[in-house]
Amino acid sequence: MSISDPERWLEEHGSALYSFALLHVRDGHRAEDLVQETLLAALKARERFQGNASLRTWLIGILKHKIMDEFRRQSREAPIPDSPEDAWDAAEARRAAENFTDNGRWSQPLTNWGDSEQDFSRDQFWSLIEQCLAALSPRMARLFVLRELWEMETKEVCKELAITPTNLWTTLHRARLGMRQCLEKNLCA
Amino acid sequence: MLTCKDASRLISEGQDRKLSQREKIGLRLHLWMCDSCRLFEKQVGHLRQALRRGWSGGDLPTDKQLPEEAQERIRKVLKEHPNDDSNSST
Repeated sequence: MSISDPERWLEEHGSALYSFALLHVRDGHRAEDLVQETLLAALKARERFQGNASLRTWLIGILKHKIMDEFRRQSREAPIPDSPEDAWDAAEARRAAENFTDNGRWSQPLTNWGDSEQDFSRDQFWSLIEQCLAALSPRMARLFVLRELWEMETKEVCKELAITPTNLWTTLHRARLGMRQCLEKNLCA
Repeated sequence: MLTCKDASRLISEGQDRKLSQREKIGLRLHLWMCDSCRLFEKQVGHLRQALRRGWSGGDLPTDKQLPEEAQERIRKVLKEHPNDDSNSST
């Protein structure tokens, strides 16, 4: 392999890595940094690349490690509060509660989406998902992505991000309510 | 009797843990009478399926362009980075 290879990686996979990173971090500059860190790590480890996997899959695998590091760091810097009075938690709870009336019924009847999502192209689908994730709190989005996209076991998510199962379940419930509402707004518009 | 709020919580948690027999029965009873919660259950499952299908099917997003300046910057960093292979052979 020649030194020019990594530059080709950048040309061929840079935007895919960037799109992937943006699904996980909201800040474009941070996403750019993650692409850079990924390619540098790939450059260092390139003799470990097995030709039988696709290069993009291999690069995405490295990027996923970087993203998980980022998630751990964010989770440490903004630890999840135990007290319900905490502002973040209160805002999340309030938004989830808006889905329901005071006596616990849906404040608006749900709409049947039918097959509307079948009409979506891949890029439309992902940009809708990204838009809806951005409407969640960063913490909710993180946990939702690990569980629903990465298919991590709940136990593993709790261990990686040092949270209790109850906290995870509550957060995922709120995240699903938020994603559902956002998707409905867009699918049935 | 469960409220829709309770039912939606059980539907969501059912995706992440095993519900108790008691919870399952309460939820079934509620779903039997509640169209909206039945839809919620369907949509939560749908969303998971669509996400995982796109994900593990390798149908990853490619819609964002890495900005020009970032590409330039990264290209430079990659160029400046010492080539590990040549270092070890010299």
